[in-house]
Amino acid sequence: MSQSTQNAVNSSMDKDTEPAVPIKMRGVDVCVHYGDKQALFDVNLEVPEKQVTALIGPSGCGKSTFLRTLNRMNDTIDICRVAGDITLDGQDIYDPKVDVVELRARVGMVFQKPNPFPKSIFENVAYGPRIHGIGQNKIEIEEIVVNSLQKAGLFEEVKDRLDEPGTGLSGGQQQRLCIARAIAVSPEVILMDEPCSALDPIATARVEELIDELRENYTIVIVTHSMQQAARVSQRTAFFHLGILVEEGTTDQIFTHPNDKRTMDYITGRFG
Amino acid sequence: MSASENITTQNIITGQDPARAARLKKRYASERRFKTFGAFAVLVGILFLALLFISIFSKGYTAFQQTSIQLTVLLDEKVIDKKGTRKIKDLGKAIRYSKLVNRALYQKFDIPLKGRDSKKDRSLAKKIISGEAGVQLRDMVLNDHGLIGQSVTVWLLASGNADSFIKGQISRDTPEARRQIKDKQVAWLDMMREEGTLEKQFNTGLFTFGASSRPESSGIGAAAVGSLYMMLIVLALALPIGVAASIYLEEFAPTNRWTDIIEVNINNLAAVPSIVFGLLGLAVFINFAGLPRSASIVGGLVLTLMTLPTIIIATRSALKAVPQSIRQAALAVGASKTQSIFHHVLPLATPGILTGTIIGLAKALGETAPLLMIGMVAFVKEIPLSPMEPATALPVQIYMWSGAAERAFVERTSAAIIVLLAFLVIMNMSAVILRRRFERRW
Repeated sequence: MSQSTQNAVNSSMDKDTEPAVPIKMRGVDVCVHYGDKQALFDVNLEVPEKQVTALIGPSGCGKSTFLRTLNRMNDTIDICRVAGDITLDGQDIYDPKVDVVELRARVGMVFQKPNPFPKSIFENVAYGPRIHGIGQNKIEIEEIVVNSLQKAGLFEEVKDRLDEPGTGLSGGQQQRLCIARAIAVSPEVILMDEPCSALDPIATARVEELIDELRENYTIVIVTHSMQQAARVSQRTAFFHLGILVEEGTTDQIFTHPNDKRTMDYITGRFG
Repeated sequence: MSASENITTQNIITGQDPARAARLKKRYASERRFKTFGAFAVLVGILFLALLFISIFSKGYTAFQQTSIQLTVLLDEKVIDKKGTRKIKDLGKAIRYSKLVNRALYQKFDIPLKGRDSKKDRSLAKKIISGEAGVQLRDMVLNDHGLIGQSVTVWLLASGNADSFIKGQISRDTPEARRQIKDKQVAWLDMMREEGTLEKQFNTGLFTFGASSRPESSGIGAAAVGSLYMMLIVLALALPIGVAASIYLEEFAPTNRWTDIIEVNINNLAAVPSIVFGLLGLAVFINFAGLPRSASIVGGLVLTLMTLPTIIIATRSALKAVPQSIRQAALAVGASKTQSIFHHVLPLATPGILTGTIIGLAKALGETAPLLMIGMVAFVKEIPLSPMEPATALPVQIYMWSGAAERAFVERTSAAIIVLLAFLVIMNMSAVILRRRFERRW
């Protein structure tokens, strides 16, 4: 199984006309157990630098679980065990020597439900830089905040009310605030766990645009339920089913010529 | 309004179906019935509360006033300091000042200072002024030696019985033989009242005096200070220990058999009768650790043990109520677990923690039984200057007064209850206010 996937990946890579992109993160034989239940089976996936990789698949297929292994958010769950290798720039992130705090500063995350801190907009963004000691004084922190909000496309909307609570913004604005918060610690990778599932279509469009802009500077991995969204924002797509990475390739290839019947069935809406 | 609504709903939804209309009617009826039950239950609660307040206030409000008598007393040096030493050994004897007070009274009522026939009158006259009046004068003189030899006009406490009579608690209509205040004393009191040398004044003594065998000079001062020390000790110990324990159990501890056992036992401890904590305090703090008996430090420690489970339970549920997404948000920007807890979770849980703490404190403030076990039911005259000194507590003072026979103690019992209730109301209100303030900030 894993062999055939590997072949599929290789063949799709060969067909790629673009020059080979460096690999930012790589998962090798990743298995995840929740207690006795296995959630992921030998997942091998490469995340290319400064591209958007979409993880799609039906509910409970393990795509969110895989996403959370990339910045060790699964550590917070007592019964969760992760096996296999996950590397960031070739370095094993599950190595006991790796500081998980440092890792999460490099691999940021945006969640399904916008979860701004119940503090001011400014504080939301400034929190990350502060705890990491980025920005020595007030002016530098302010610069980072403004810069991050601008990158998240939120600055124009909130510049007059930076000291108002972040929770008072609309859902879409809150999500962009969360993205700004993630950007503020200058991560290299941003993980997004269904970032638009709680948003209306207009806010969704705005966030998707933003993802497209962010691709220039960041490596993005996005979990999404919407295949249209995956098609719109991503360069590469991976299809998960029942804890198995079924197929992975360029988004074009996955949505036009999937190699696996299950992928075909899923993207044509026959299940999921 | 609601009736017309019902009719239109019936018309529109039920249409012609009578069975359906009947079902709907039944549903509305059961809703109304339940609402009535609820309102009735609330009403009963309010009724009992009102009864409690009315009975306590009607008995206790009089204690906030105290009858005082104005007397002009000659501070005769021959009596208070025969040798002119000005030493506390001589000046400090309250009984000598009482003599002077009595002399002034006899003169006021035209009773001969000597002689067999007037002996009875003298003893009656003495009884309308407090035995504590001498102490009042002594304290004045000790503060200012220059007063010796002069005549001073002062307000002195009336005796408990005279006070009760003036307040109408001892009725004029009772036959003299069964009355605590005799006819002659009644006449004197009336005379002084007319002349303006007898007045009901605000009873500051109620708040400043310690225990006394005389009701007019007994107050909740020592008890209130003892309670204050204990509350400070409870706050200083139970809050940090309780919060730290809760944070550890809720955020760090693995879920296994041990934490389960700890959890069950914390809940059990919260339900343990408070007197058991008193026994524990007696055994551990007094007999084993050798801390002084009757001291508020021991009381504070015992109440700390008693309050801890309450605070832990409240804090844990407050921590649990903080959404998981906040913790994840903090972790995802690279906060450590400790940072995520102290920067985000704890501030959000603060209102709940404060409410739990204040309710725990209020419970501790009203606690009596464990304090009886560690000897805080003591006759403490002086206001304790440190938690190591003997003290009582407000509820214990109430308990002690409630056993006393004098009329004036009955009203003081109720007054002390009013003060205690006032403290509890203030504490609970501050819990509500703090809660509001903290919630608004977010």
